[in-house]
Amino acid sequence: MRRNVATILRNRNLSRSLAGDIVILLLLCGGGIFMALPLVYAAGNAFKPLDELFLFPPRFVPRRPTFQNFTDLFLLMEQSWIPLSRYFFNSVFIVSFALAGNLAICSIAAYVLSKHDFPGKKLINEVIILSLMFSGAVTVIPNYLTLSWLSFIDRYWAIVVPAWAQTLGLYLMKKFIDSMVHDSLIQAARIDGAGELEIFARVVMPIVKPAWLTLIIINFQVMWRNTGDIFIYSEQLKPLPYALSQVAGGGIARVGAASVVTLFIMAVPIGVFIFNQSRIVETMGTSGMTGE
Amino acid sequence: MSAVHVPGMTFGERLRVTGAKLWQARVSYAMLAPFLAAFTVFVVVPVVFSFVLSFTQFNMVQRPTWVGFENYLRMFLDDRIFLIALQNTLVYAAITGPVGYLLSFLFAWLINEMRHRLRIVLTLLFYAPAIAGNAFMIWVLLFSPDAHGYINGTLIALGMITKPIQWLIDPDYMMPIVIGVVLWMSLGTSFLVFIAGLKGIDEFLYEAAAIDGIDNRWQELWYITLPAMRGYLLFGAILAITESMTNTAIISALTGDEPTDWATWTIVQHSNDHALVRFELGYSSAIIFLLFLAMVVAQKVVQRLLAKVG
Repeated sequence: MRRNVATILRNRNLSRSLAGDIVILLLLCGGGIFMALPLVYAAGNAFKPLDELFLFPPRFVPRRPTFQNFTDLFLLMEQSWIPLSRYFFNSVFIVSFALAGNLAICSIAAYVLSKHDFPGKKLINEVIILSLMFSGAVTVIPNYLTLSWLSFIDRYWAIVVPAWAQTLGLYLMKKFIDSMVHDSLIQAARIDGAGELEIFARVVMPIVKPAWLTLIIINFQVMWRNTGDIFIYSEQLKPLPYALSQVAGGGIARVGAASVVTLFIMAVPIGVFIFNQSRIVETMGTSGMTGE
Repeated sequence: MSAVHVPGMTFGERLRVTGAKLWQARVSYAMLAPFLAAFTVFVVVPVVFSFVLSFTQFNMVQRPTWVGFENYLRMFLDDRIFLIALQNTLVYAAITGPVGYLLSFLFAWLINEMRHRLRIVLTLLFYAPAIAGNAFMIWVLLFSPDAHGYINGTLIALGMITKPIQWLIDPDYMMPIVIGVVLWMSLGTSFLVFIAGLKGIDEFLYEAAAIDGIDNRWQELWYITLPAMRGYLLFGAILAITESMTNTAIISALTGDEPTDWATWTIVQHSNDHALVRFELGYSSAIIFLLFLAMVVAQKVVQRLLAKVG
C-alpha cells in the first residue's frame, strides 16, 4: 500500500516521507480548486440561458445547458462587415510571425551571450537586464515615430517587428542555456568540425526544448491579447480577440454572447499551454537528457 | 586608461590588438546582429529619447523646451496626486511583489514533487488564472455593489452586514480587493519558468546528496535545489519587481480610470494620464524614469540577497 501511494505521488523517492507527500497533495488540491473555481464559473456561464445568467444565488453548473449563446455570437459576428475568417487570419498571422521571429532571433542571441566570449558581452548582458525593467507608456510615442518612418503603421508589421525586440525571452533562454547546456558538449561539437549555427541548431536547441516550449506559452498569451492599439487602425487588420470584445461590449442584451467570448479568449491560451506542456513532459521523459 | 596600458606597446599596436580581438569575435557579432538591430531601434533609442525628454517640456505640437530638473522637482513639490500614487504603488508593490514571488516558487516546488500527469493538471490549475484573458472580470461580478451582488447578497443573507458594501468604490476596500485579485493571478510567467527550471535540475545531484547524508526535503531544498535554481530565481525576482511596479491593466479594469479618492491610483497610471490625456510628455517621462531608477535599486538589493541563498 505504502509503495503504491508513493509511486502515484512521487517524482523521486529519495529523502521523502509519506506524511509529507500527503500534506502536500492536500494543500495542492485545495489551492488548485480555489484557483480554478472562478474560471469554472466563467466557463459555465457560456452555456447558461439568459434567465440563469442573472440568477441569485448563482449556480455553478447550468441546469438547462444551451448553445443559444454560441449561435447568438455567430449571428452577431455575421452582421459585421468584415467576415469572421478575416479577423481569424489576422490573429494567426500576427501571433505566428511575432512568436517565430522572437524565438529565432532571441535564441541565437541567447546562445552567443551565454557561451561565446567577445568584447562588449558584459555590457550587452547588463543592458538587457535593465531593459526588462523599462516598460513605460512613454516609449509608445518614439516607437510610433520609428514605425511611421519605416512605413509600418497600419500594417501587421507594426505589431510583429517590435515584438522581436522583446528581451524577456532572450533573458529567459540565456538562463536556461547557462544551466542546462554544458560547455564540454559545445567543445566536443567544435572538435567534430560543427559550425556555430549548426551547434546552435543541432546541439543547443534540442537540449533547451523545454525552455522554448515554455517561451511559446508565455509569449503566445501576450501576443494573443494584443489589440493593435494605435499602430493598427484599419478594422480589417484588427485581431480576433479585439473584434470579439467589441461585439461583447454591447451592454446587457449581449451578456450571453459576452460570456462565450470570455470562454473563447480564455480557452485558446489554455489550449496552447496544454499542448506545449505535454510535449515538455514528453521530452523530459524520453531523451535521457537529465543524465547529461 | 592607465589600468589597461601595457608598457612597451604603442597606440598603433594597441589598436591592432583590439582590432584582432573584434575580428576574432566576428561570428558572435554576426549571430547577435538581428537581435541588436531590433533591440536598438525599438528599445534603446526610445528609452534614450524619453530620457532626454524628461528634462524638457513637450506637448507633441510645439518644439520641446529645456527645463532642467523642473519635472523631477514638480513631482515632489507641486503634485499632491503623484505623492498619493507613489504611496499606493509602494504599498501595492511591497505586497504583491514578494508574496506573488514566494507563492510562485512554493507551488512550483510542491508541484515538482508530483508525478507526470498530476504535474500537468496541477500546473494548469494554478497557472490558468494568469492566462485566462479577461476572466478576472468575474471578480467584478462577485463584488458588485448592489444588495443582490453575489458577495453582498451572501453576507446579508448570513446576517453579517445589513447594508450592501460598495466594494470597488469604497476606498477602504478597493486596494485590498485589487491586491487579492492580483495575487490570485500571480502564478504567471515566473511560476512556469520555475516549473521548467526545477525539472531541468540534474537528477544526479539529488542522488549524490542522498549518499552524502541529506535525508529530508528541507535540507534538499536548501543545499541542492535553491543553489541550482539561482539563475531562475533572479529572473523571477526581476519579473516580480517590474510587474508589481508597472502592471496597471488589472487595477484600472477593477476600479476604473478615476478611482474614488485616488485610492488605487498608481505611478504608471499617473504617467500615462500625463502622456496620453494631458500631452505633458516631458513630465510623464520624468515619472517613468524615477520609477525605473527605483526598480534598478530594488533589483540590486534582491540580487545581493539571492547570492546568500543556499
